[in-house]
Amino acid sequence: MRKFLKDREHLVRMAGLFLAGLVVFLILRVILVPQGFYEYGHFRTGALADNAARPIAYAGREACESCHPDIVDQRKGSHHSAIACETCHGALAKHADDPSKLKPTLPDAGKLCLVCHREEMAKPKFLKQVNPREHMGSESCVACHKPHHPEMA
Amino acid sequence: MGIDRREFLKGTGKFILLTSAAALAWDSLIAGRPEAAPNYNLQDHWWGFTIDIEKCIGCGSCVRACKTENDVLLEPYYFRTWVERYHVPKGDIEHPEVDSPNGGYDGFPPRYKPGDGSKNFFVPKLCNHCAHSPCTQVCPVGATFDSPDGVILVDKTYCIGCRYCVQACPYGCRFIDPRTMTVDKCSLCYHRITKGLTTACCETCPTGARMLGDLKNPKDPIHEFLRTHKVQVLKPQMATGAKAYYNGLDGSVR
Repeated sequence: MRKFLKDREHLVRMAGLFLAGLVVFLILRVILVPQGFYEYGHFRTGALADNAARPIAYAGREACESCHPDIVDQRKGSHHSAIACETCHGALAKHADDPSKLKPTLPDAGKLCLVCHREEMAKPKFLKQVNPREHMGSESCVACHKPHHPEMA
Repeated sequence: MGIDRREFLKGTGKFILLTSAAALAWDSLIAGRPEAAPNYNLQDHWWGFTIDIEKCIGCGSCVRACKTENDVLLEPYYFRTWVERYHVPKGDIEHPEVDSPNGGYDGFPPRYKPGDGSKNFFVPKLCNHCAHSPCTQVCPVGATFDSPDGVILVDKTYCIGCRYCVQACPYGCRFIDPRTMTVDKCSLCYHRITKGLTTACCETCPTGARMLGDLKNPKDPIHEFLRTHKVQVLKPQMATGAKAYYNGLDGSVR
């Protein structure tokens, strides 16, 4: 016991060194671990906000319908009434933000109609499918069908 | 008289301790609490997805919308979502023929002749946002993670492009974006769902084959769908806790 007390200076030095090491570790940890890490798990909490910050391209059906109620009326009762506007007209969030900035162009019916309605074995039976050559020859789809209400011939 | 050794050490010790504490306090003070979006509470949501194979017409609207919305490269190797066409020869469920020309981006040109007794259907694929995701477990730097609202996201500023997660995903839903050399994948349109919109693929699906659902919201139609349909997840034997539920999933689908 007496010997221990006699040599305690060494122990104090060791403890001091250890403490200094701990402090250095804690400081490095504060600097190196990003803000919000481990708050919800093994990731940086700010990454959630980063992911949520991307701009929107598709405005959504409600935005379209708030300005174009006439089209909503045209589509009423049609098989196409449940389809979102931007399915055919493309991403138009910029147009919804400022209609003067981006004017939507008319979709190419020749391609667009057939993407869905061209005859294909894997397509479900409820979908009206045509063989374009037999059904219309060289005629355009929109010559007979109105895309907003295709049942009207 | 100068400062002695003991006092010097004492002072230095105090200084170091106090500055580190101050640094901690200062950091949390300036950072504030990061918010995903106003009025969006992480704890109130648990996102899932339903896909009705019987309604999928293989038009590829989802693929086009996804690439536009999320700035995915147009080359036919990069997809956050894609559509596969299954052709199961008569009575041979073990050997389906699967094709996905450009991921279904341009629709599907007719390929098989009717009357051969085969079974044909489309299977849209996307990240399954697994509850026990194999991909997030292997990330060495915490760059991909399960968010508290049930979405598997990527922290692009932390991703080192090591591709462990690309290999770990049993559904092949991840790829390396050659522009940034970081991993990219379906984020379930996190920037849209946190603002109350649905995903771009669900928005543009003409038949409603794809539906986003909030499993924590008792009023969400996803509960009715799951109750009234016989659903299955992909590769249930992997026990990934996948949250993309398929209705009409054939046994031949891999």
